[in-house]
Amino acid sequence: MEMTAKDVQPAGTRARNKFSKREKKALFYGLLFTAPAIIGFIIFTLGPMIASLYLSLTDYNVFKDTTHFIGLDNYTKLFSGEDDLFYKSLGTTFYFVILRVPAVIIISFFLAILLNMNLKGRSLFRTIIYLPSIVPAVASSMIWLWLMNPDLGLLNTVLEWLHLPTSSWLFGEGSVIPSVVLTTLWGIGGTVIIFLAGLSGVPKSYYEAIDVDGGGWYSKLRHITIPMLTPTIFFNTIMTIIGSFQVFSEAYILTQGGPNNKSLFFVFYLWRTAFRDTEMGYASALAWVLFVIIMIFTVLIFKTSKSWVHYEGER
Amino acid sequence: MRESRLKLTAGFTTLLIISVMFIVPFVWLLRSSVMDLSQIFIMPPQWIPKPFHFENFKEAMTVVPFGAFFKNTLIIVAGVLIGTVVSSTIAAFGFSRIKWKGRDMVFAILMSAMMLPGAVTLIPSFLGWKELGFYDTFYPLILPSYFGGGMFNIFLLRQFYMSIPQDFDEAAVVDGATYFQIYWRILLPLSRSAVIVVALFTFLGSWNDFMGPLIYLKSDSRFTLALGLQMFQGSYNAQWDLLMAASTAVVLPCVLVFLVGQRFFLEGITLTGLKG
Repeated sequence: MEMTAKDVQPAGTRARNKFSKREKKALFYGLLFTAPAIIGFIIFTLGPMIASLYLSLTDYNVFKDTTHFIGLDNYTKLFSGEDDLFYKSLGTTFYFVILRVPAVIIISFFLAILLNMNLKGRSLFRTIIYLPSIVPAVASSMIWLWLMNPDLGLLNTVLEWLHLPTSSWLFGEGSVIPSVVLTTLWGIGGTVIIFLAGLSGVPKSYYEAIDVDGGGWYSKLRHITIPMLTPTIFFNTIMTIIGSFQVFSEAYILTQGGPNNKSLFFVFYLWRTAFRDTEMGYASALAWVLFVIIMIFTVLIFKTSKSWVHYEGER
Repeated sequence: MRESRLKLTAGFTTLLIISVMFIVPFVWLLRSSVMDLSQIFIMPPQWIPKPFHFENFKEAMTVVPFGAFFKNTLIIVAGVLIGTVVSSTIAAFGFSRIKWKGRDMVFAILMSAMMLPGAVTLIPSFLGWKELGFYDTFYPLILPSYFGGGMFNIFLLRQFYMSIPQDFDEAAVVDGATYFQIYWRILLPLSRSAVIVVALFTFLGSWNDFMGPLIYLKSDSRFTLALGLQMFQGSYNAQWDLLMAASTAVVLPCVLVFLVGQRFFLEGITLTGLKG
C-alpha cells in the first residue's frame, strides 16, 4: 500500500499530507468497524463492573425502600466470619478447584497422547471423547443425577454387582464434591482437543533423536512431550481454573448447595444471595471477592510461568 | 515415528475402555428414555428395553409445554446467531485489516473482558435490563450479541483474518474499493470456515445457556428448553423415564449439529488453542 502511494506521489509535503489523511481515514473506519464491540464493552462490561463495585458498598436490597452507602461494611461482614456461609462456600469452591483442575489437566493430557497415537479408529475415538462436552449442562446434570441415584442408579448397581461398597454420591456430605467433579470430567473433550493441537506441533524428529539414544517412552514424555507442551498446559490450566471457580449450572441442578451446604459453590451462593434473598449489595461484594481471587490465581500462574513454560524461539 | 506393536495394543485397549465409559451415560440416557418405570426398576438392569416405550416422548411433551420452550429457544438462538456472526466479523475486520492508531491497545483492553468472571457484571446488568422494562423478555438474552458478539469470537476471527495475505485488500484499494466492500466481497467469502466455527460455538452456547434464562425469564410461557427441563425435574423428580425422554429431546439437536459440523469444531478449537 505504501509502495503504491510513493509511486503515485513522488516526494515532499504533499505525500506526507496525503498519508496523514489516509491515516485519518483508517482511524475513522477502524473505529467505525469496532464501534459496536467498544460500545458493548462499555455498556456490558466496564459500566456494570463499576456499578457492581459501587453496589458492593451499599445495602441495596430490591425490597427495601431506601439504600444507604455503608462503606466497607459488606466486606467486613464477609471476612469477620459473621456470615459463616461465606467461608463455607469459599472452602467448598477451593476444594472443588483443587480436586478438579489437576484431574482435568492430567486426564485430558493423557487422553490426548493416546488419541495422537497412530491407532485404528482414531477419528471415531476423538468424536466419542469430544461428544459429551457439547451436551447442555442441564441435560448432563440430569443424566448424572440418574446415574448416581443411590438406590437405582447405574453406578451403585455396578458397584454392588462387583461386591464393592456403594456410595451415596451427590447425597453424601463427604462424597458430594468428588461426585460433582466426576460429572464434570465427562465434559473434558474441549481441553483434550487443545492438547491434541499442541501435540501435533511437536516435530517427530525430536522423538527419533531419543530413539537413536535408546530412550524409552518415559524419557520421551519427560524430555520432549511435557516441555514442548508447557504453553498448552499453561493455557488449559488457566482456563480450567477460571471455569472451575465459576461452576453454577451443575451446582444449581445437581445439589442446590446440599446436603447440609456441603456443596455450596461460590457462584451458587452469590446467585442465591442476589436473586432469592434479593440482597444485591451484599452479593455484589461476593462478586468482587470472586473477581479478586480469580485475578490473584491468574497473576500467580503468569508469574510462575516464566520458570516452567518453554516457548520455542520463533513462535 | 516407529511405535511398537505392544504399545499400540496397550494404547488401543486403554482408549477403548475409556471410550466405553464416555458412551455409557448416553446409552443409559437413551435406554431409560424408552422404558416405563417398572422396566427401570428391574434388577439387574436391562440394557435393551423390551418393549420400547416411545410414547414417553409424547407424554413428556404434553405434561410440560416443550413445544413452546422449543420455539422460545429457537427465537433466542436465531437472534443471538445473527447478532454474533454479523457483529463479530465486522469487529474482527476492524481489529485486523485496518491499521489505525491505538488499535492493538484497544483490542488488548477489550480482551481483558474475557478474564472477567461473569458474576461481577451479573447484578448491575440485571438491574439495568429491569429498569428498561425488559425483565421477563428475550431482549437481555439476545441484544448483547449485537455489540461485538463476544471477545472470544472476535479473537478467533481476528486470528483467521490475520492469516489472509494483505495483498488482496491492497489490490482492492487500488481498484477503489471501500473498507466495507473489502469486508463483504473478500474477507467474508475467504473466512467461511471460521465463520461456521463461530456460528457452531454460538449455537451451542446459546442453546445450552442456563443462567441467563434463569435470571431474566420469569413466566413459564417464555422458558427455554434448558430452563424447562430443570422445571420438569422439579415437578417430576421420580419419573426417570419421562425425565430421560425430555433430556434426550434437549440433547439431540446439539448432537446432530455437532455431527454435521464436526470437522469445523475440531478446526475451531485448534485455531483458538494454538496461537493464544
